[in-house]
Amino acid sequence: MSLSLAISELIQQIPSLRAGDDLLLSGILFTARDAAHKRLAQLINDKQPLPLQLANAVIYYCGPAPARPGDAIGPCGPTTSTRMDPYTPLLLSQGVRATIGKGRRSAQITEACRTYQALYCVVTGGVAALLSRQVKRAEIVAFADLGPEAIWRLEVVDFPVTVALDSKGNDIFRAPVEQP
Amino acid sequence: MRTVSAANITETVARLCQRANYFLPCDVEEALTKALQKEASPRAREILTQISGNTRVARERSIALCQDTGIAEVFVNVGQDVHIEGDILQDAVNKGVALGYTMGYLRTSIVADPLDRVNTHDNTPAQLTLAMVPGDRIEITVLPKGGGTENASALRMFPPSAGWPGIVEFVLETVREKGINSCPPLVVGVGIGGSFSAVGKLAKTALLRQVGSAPAAGAYAARERELLDAVNALGLGPMGLGGRTTALAVHIEHAPCHIACLPVAIAMNCHSTRRMTETI
Repeated sequence: MSLSLAISELIQQIPSLRAGDDLLLSGILFTARDAAHKRLAQLINDKQPLPLQLANAVIYYCGPAPARPGDAIGPCGPTTSTRMDPYTPLLLSQGVRATIGKGRRSAQITEACRTYQALYCVVTGGVAALLSRQVKRAEIVAFADLGPEAIWRLEVVDFPVTVALDSKGNDIFRAPVEQP
Repeated sequence: MRTVSAANITETVARLCQRANYFLPCDVEEALTKALQKEASPRAREILTQISGNTRVARERSIALCQDTGIAEVFVNVGQDVHIEGDILQDAVNKGVALGYTMGYLRTSIVADPLDRVNTHDNTPAQLTLAMVPGDRIEITVLPKGGGTENASALRMFPPSAGWPGIVEFVLETVREKGINSCPPLVVGVGIGGSFSAVGKLAKTALLRQVGSAPAAGAYAARERELLDAVNALGLGPMGLGGRTTALAVHIEHAPCHIACLPVAIAMNCHSTRRMTETI
């Protein structure tokens, strides 16, 4: 059974959520992938103002496809999270509380989730058409020149994720996998 | 000599880019349905059910199956009795990719320079593979290839002594280390032989074969089965969260090679193995 949580509830419940928990999230996610991470890291390191509030933010590793007229957003599945690993501890240190993507991450991120009491969640990759129906509103908030790598603010309802790294250091991918 | 207009090629490529991204091939869909029947774990079943729902939504609405609509791998077999009138073939193909992606609500994922990384905003250039064949037709296949699976692909030059056991170990090692990030259930293309530059193309060509079809050379059918069984015994399962289906298929393409060499390449692909062919 999936647990339905508003993003504010997700943040409150981080200490009790465990790797393997299935969640349906509702609230605001910000997309960011490789190029946006690089720019955010540069701005943070240069102590420049940021185009979005990172405190209590949830970042979704996603570069959506264009929307057909009348759709809130185009297909919008997750991209491979581990490419963002070099930037993630810095973003978590700025108050990001959860990241969402696909696949396994480096041991450094397991440690960072423990240090900053943060979560990493996975969403099924390659089901982007289906996921686009859970997004009710979408707008670009920064780096529009990056095209598909711009930062989008997404308002999602019942967005299905599974906790992959929890705040205690558990990793869903390092649990014993079922043998055939 | 039959004349085909370059504009016809452009229109065909544009249509193929869109249809390949919206409509999952029947053979892939069937293999995913069979996988669902085999899975026991609720999580694996849930993921395969989501994938099946996604296929339906994308088809009904003509929207992309995956937001990563890929680098456009375009395979063109030109009959040697065809004369192409107008643009040269490469330009006709690139115009088709630009048209297909920008008009079809597909993501443009190509940067012009690998280090400057500025988006070309029309998904060009295509990766074009050209072959001359007998006859007066042009066969065009578009394989939109995602970046995540490209990053999980691998190439190694083995000494001949490594033989088949070396290849098996290489495939298992690559799937174990990188398969989870490639959206399993996978389709794994393996190229064996040729040269350093040719073997990657062989591996990618292996992805064009229908899932479940037999290879042209009989001896390779047993090898493909051996690899598929070994990959599935890893137990990674759908999205790497455990299960019986790590791969839907392993396809091998092979070619003659140098007496000193055993080139091997692995073209990883995801459950959204998209490809579409038309003949002009």
